[in-house]
Amino acid sequence: MAEVVSLREAVAELVHDGDTVALEGFTHLIPVAAGHEIIRQGRRDLTLVRLTPDIVYDQMIGAGCARKLIFSWGGNPGVGSLHRFRDAVQNGWPGPLEIEEHSHAGMANRYVAAASGLPFAVLRGYIGTDLPAHTPTVKPITCPFTGETLTAVQALDLDVGIVHAQRADHSGNVQLWGIVGVQKETVLAARRALVTVEEVVDELDDRPGAVVLPSWTVTCVAAAPGGARPSYAQGYYDRDNDAYRAWDPISRDRDAFTAWLSEQVMVPGGSR
Amino acid sequence: MTGSAAAGGPDWTADEMMSVAAARALRDGTACFVGIGLPSKAANLARRTHAPSLVLIYESGTIGAKPAWLPLSIGDGILAETADTVVSVPEVFNYWLQPGRIQTGFLGAAQIDRFGNINTTVIGPDYRQPKVRLPGAGGAPEIAASCREVIVIVRQSARAFVERVDFVTSVGYGRGPGDRERLGLRGRGPVLVITDLGVLEPDPDTCELTLTKLHAGVTVEQARAATGWELAVSPLLGASEPPTEVELRTLRALEGAAGREP
Repeated sequence: MAEVVSLREAVAELVHDGDTVALEGFTHLIPVAAGHEIIRQGRRDLTLVRLTPDIVYDQMIGAGCARKLIFSWGGNPGVGSLHRFRDAVQNGWPGPLEIEEHSHAGMANRYVAAASGLPFAVLRGYIGTDLPAHTPTVKPITCPFTGETLTAVQALDLDVGIVHAQRADHSGNVQLWGIVGVQKETVLAARRALVTVEEVVDELDDRPGAVVLPSWTVTCVAAAPGGARPSYAQGYYDRDNDAYRAWDPISRDRDAFTAWLSEQVMVPGGSR
Repeated sequence: MTGSAAAGGPDWTADEMMSVAAARALRDGTACFVGIGLPSKAANLARRTHAPSLVLIYESGTIGAKPAWLPLSIGDGILAETADTVVSVPEVFNYWLQPGRIQTGFLGAAQIDRFGNINTTVIGPDYRQPKVRLPGAGGAPEIAASCREVIVIVRQSARAFVERVDFVTSVGYGRGPGDRERLGLRGRGPVLVITDLGVLEPDPDTCELTLTKLHAGVTVEQARAATGWELAVSPLLGASEPPTEVELRTLRALEGAAGREP
C-alpha cells in the first residue's frame, strides 16, 4: 500500500545518489515539483531517464544532479534547445553528462519490457539509422517464426519512477487522465514509485479514459498542488506556454541560470 | 525568423509560401502523423482550408485532434480535449504507426541529404564531441520507416541541404535505389521535400532529391546556391501557385494565436 507523505519525505526516502530515476510526463503532468525537491535535497550522480527531457531536466542537469541521461528527444517543445543540456554535452558544465539515446518508440518499448518483467522488447525501428552504433541497448534480432530481422531494445528497469497525477484517494489509489504518456509503464517499471498529485480526495469518481494505479503498485503518494507547472494538469490548469518561452533566455546563460536556481528553487519550501 | 525573402511576393513571405505549399500536399480524408513546428502549422492550415477531414495524429497519443488554435507542443491540452481518442505513447507507436496504418508522416529536419536522409541529432563529425547538440530522434525514425509516405518541410540552405548528413536519425533512401527494400523499411519514404524556395522530389530512378517546382520569384540559381550538392533540376520544372487570400488569412490567424486561445 502506498504511504501518503509529504514530497520532502518521499524524495528523502525513495531517491538516493546514483539511482536510475525517471520523472515521466509526455508534455502533460510533468512532475516538476518533484524534480525541484530532488535539486533541493542535493542528489548527485543520478541516471535520469525520460522520453522528452524538457525544462525540469534542463534545470536538474544544470544543478548538477545528473551523471547520465537516457532519452529520445531533448528540447524545449515549440521553443528551441535545452541550453543547460547542450552546455553539459558540449562543454561539460557543470560536469560531464553521459548520454544514451533512443527513439520514442524504442524508449516506450523499453518501459513496456520492464513493466512486463521481460529482458527486452521487439519493434520495427532504428534500422538504417546511426543510433544503434552509439547505443548498446539496441540490437538486431531475428524473428524465430519468419526469419525477419527486427530490433530488440533492452528493458529499462528503474530504481525510482516518478509521475504526477490529478488525484489520489487517502489509501493511495491514483487516478490520471488526458494524455497518459508512459505514466503507467513508468510506475510498473520501477522498484520504487512516487506519484505526486494535485489533490488527495475522499473518493475517486469515474473519468473517461482514466488510468488507475492501485495503491499497492505505488510506494509513496505526495500532494503537490500545481506540481506539474509550467506543464499542465488537465481539468486543473493549462500549460503555461509563456513560461516555456521565458525559460529560453534564462537557460542560455550560466549566471542567469544560477541566479534563477538560487532564487526560485533553493529556497525553503520553494517549488519553482 | 523569416527564411530567404526570395520567394516572398508583394503580399507574402517565403515562409508563408512554404507552409501553404506543404498544407496543399496533404490530401483530405487521410491520416497524418504530425511533428511539431512547421509540420504542425501546415497540417492545421490544411485542415482549415481544403482538408477538413484530415486526421491529425500527434505522438502524444492524440488521434484525430482538432485543435481550435495552433498548439505549441505535441501534447497541449487542446489536442487531447479535441481528439477522437487519446492513447498511451507505447500504443500510438506500436498499434497505430508500426503496422502502416498512417498514410503520411510529416517531418522537419535540421539537415537533409541528397537521398532524403534526415539528421536531427548532432552537427559535426564526432557524435561524442558534437559541434551542435540537437534535440534528437523523437518519433521520427519510426515515422520515416512506417508511414506509407513521408513529406519533409524544411527551410533550404547550403547548411541544411548537405551532400551527406552528419548523423542518420531517420532514413530516407539510404545510399540510393534499393536501400529501403534491403533494410526492410515498409513505407515508400520521402515523396516530397517542401522548402521556402520550392519543392524537391526523389528521382524515380536514382532516388536523388530533384528540384521539381519553384515558388514564385525564385530562380534555379538561388535553389542551387542553397543546396550543398549539385542539385538536379527536373526537365518538367513547375511553378507553385501563389498563396490565395484565404490561405494567407487562415495561416496568419493560426500564427497569431500560436499556443493560446485567440
